[in-house]
Amino acid sequence: MPKNIFDYIIEDRLPFFWCEGCGNGIILKSIAQAFADLELEPKNIVVVTGIGCWGKADDYLSTNSLHVTHGRALAAATGVKAVNPNLKVVALMGDGDGVTIGGNHFIHAARRNMDITAIISNNFNYGMTGGQYSGTTPEPSFTATSRYGSVEPPFDICALAKAAGAPYVARATVYHVNLLERYIKNAIQKKGFSVVDVINICPTYYGRFNKLKSPVEMMSWLRDNSTMKLEDGNIYNNRFAIGEFVNEDKLDFSTKYAQLQNNARKLSVQLEQDLSGK
Amino acid sequence: MTQEIKFLQGNEACLEGALKAGARFYAGYPITPSSEIAEMASQRLPAIGGVFIQMEDELGSMAALVGASMAGAKAFTATSGPGFSLMQENLGLAIMTEAPCVVINVQRSGPSTGLATKPAQADVMQARWGTHGDHAIITLCPTSVQECYDLMIYAFNFSERFRTPVIFLSDEIVGHMREKVVLRDDIPVVDRAFPQCEPNQYKPYKAGDDKVPPMAYFGSEFIFHASSSMHDETGYPNNTSQNADKVIRRLYEKIYDHRDEISITKEFETEDADVLFISFGAAARSAREAVKMLRSGSIKAGLLQINTIWPFPDEKVKRLALRAKVVLVPEMNLGQIINEVIKFSCGTPVFGINKVDSTIITPLEIVNKAKEVLQNA
Repeated sequence: MPKNIFDYIIEDRLPFFWCEGCGNGIILKSIAQAFADLELEPKNIVVVTGIGCWGKADDYLSTNSLHVTHGRALAAATGVKAVNPNLKVVALMGDGDGVTIGGNHFIHAARRNMDITAIISNNFNYGMTGGQYSGTTPEPSFTATSRYGSVEPPFDICALAKAAGAPYVARATVYHVNLLERYIKNAIQKKGFSVVDVINICPTYYGRFNKLKSPVEMMSWLRDNSTMKLEDGNIYNNRFAIGEFVNEDKLDFSTKYAQLQNNARKLSVQLEQDLSGK
Repeated sequence: MTQEIKFLQGNEACLEGALKAGARFYAGYPITPSSEIAEMASQRLPAIGGVFIQMEDELGSMAALVGASMAGAKAFTATSGPGFSLMQENLGLAIMTEAPCVVINVQRSGPSTGLATKPAQADVMQARWGTHGDHAIITLCPTSVQECYDLMIYAFNFSERFRTPVIFLSDEIVGHMREKVVLRDDIPVVDRAFPQCEPNQYKPYKAGDDKVPPMAYFGSEFIFHASSSMHDETGYPNNTSQNADKVIRRLYEKIYDHRDEISITKEFETEDADVLFISFGAAARSAREAVKMLRSGSIKAGLLQINTIWPFPDEKVKRLALRAKVVLVPEMNLGQIINEVIKFSCGTPVFGINKVDSTIITPLEIVNKAKEVLQNA
């Protein structure tokens, strides 16, 4: 029975390729810890990733994985889960992957209530391509493509997920590691579409462009500006509402589809007869 | 064994062929003139334990096919021009991850949303080169309802045999016409090769002599990594130029090395043909009729009907074109497959018969063009 993070993380592949100070390692460790705590068999886990810094996370995992195109992780994960509902399917996406280029798949996976856990490493910019702004970049941030300050309001990932119907929605930061591990574990255990918006730091780009020059400064920024009291509607503007925002039970797609299959077996015979006019 | 005989639409026959081949997953987005396939799939698949899912768009549909394929299902979708354009992104994903699946494109008139309900055969080159990067692709074209059924089974068989997406390039005419179809049982169904090694020895992209790697499925004892990005036999990244060269060539060769196995063509009266028609899809039906009309007027005409348009049957075209006086290529576009024919026509003059007014090329139009060309020859 697997019981520690190195049953899921391939030690030989370390160190991570991510920049010094990047929080992705913290998130990946939290995920592996959740797998270990829940004693999940690697063969029953499918980690689906997209493109971006965080999209490389599967390079370090010994579970099954499917590394796909930019923004399509949830759509590919939907195919995996629909065919085999017994698999534990986890989609790792950045803010670009998850809610910018992949925004349509995100809201529909939530609406459909696919039993998939989406863990979004949200560092407010496209790190892999040099620090351009994304759909969650706070206004007015400075990035490689918003040198005069961005004029676009960001998505609040949690509000979006909640509105789209996700039964589990939480936000933590890479500074609040205990909270992060707990939420990831809760999300993986949730039957249905679960989302953890993980506020991450990108000292190399977002920090450098926005006067947060070191990982320590960025971590302090998370520590000093996070609150569990802020109501919904916050949009990351130096105030990060962390906590569990939605935790409810509702039937997921696969459970309902299994019922549909049972009905279809009975009804198809009747339907066929009706259509042929018998 | 009694084989069921039905009177079906081409689109319906596609679905029957898919089910016969063992398809159990469909993800798609409705689009004219392909929607009957989705509607029937939504009705039939769940009743046999399969899954139909209507995705939010064709980008997602194609991605879902790859996921489903990796989870072990025979997966397919159906679309038309605008949707086929959106699918190009993850068609590449299916090629790179080597996910068997079948993509039906019931061609309609374009460009863009074009004439949504009218036929065309203008996606020939998109089928070949629509997704970026060097790659090989298998594309099958039906000319009749019976071929919709038969070739769908072959489409799945080729996808499973070669771990590749297969494009099924139908058109609005073949898709919507009704004909007799025999739901035959005599085409053997092929399943992907499962790894024979120990699970901990499994490398998902390690191929044998045939260049096609055995394929496990998620949830089996064989844990694996599949990747859209450049990877080596292990499925993990390997960005060396040697590896990239090896992978891209293998993906190409696993199909081109087996083209004899993949190539499906039919010949009608080609033995002594002075006038050789080379055609596919709906246009080939008219060409076949034109052969009869010309023969009744003592003009020796024949037809090479191409069912596997990619890889293109170049040897067959060479052999037949050498013997003919003229080659004519009827197609409902402004000249796509004709460029392939010219490459292999061995000096025999080649003429196009092209139509883009969204109506079918008639047998008489083909006959008249053949006579005109012969007079000037």
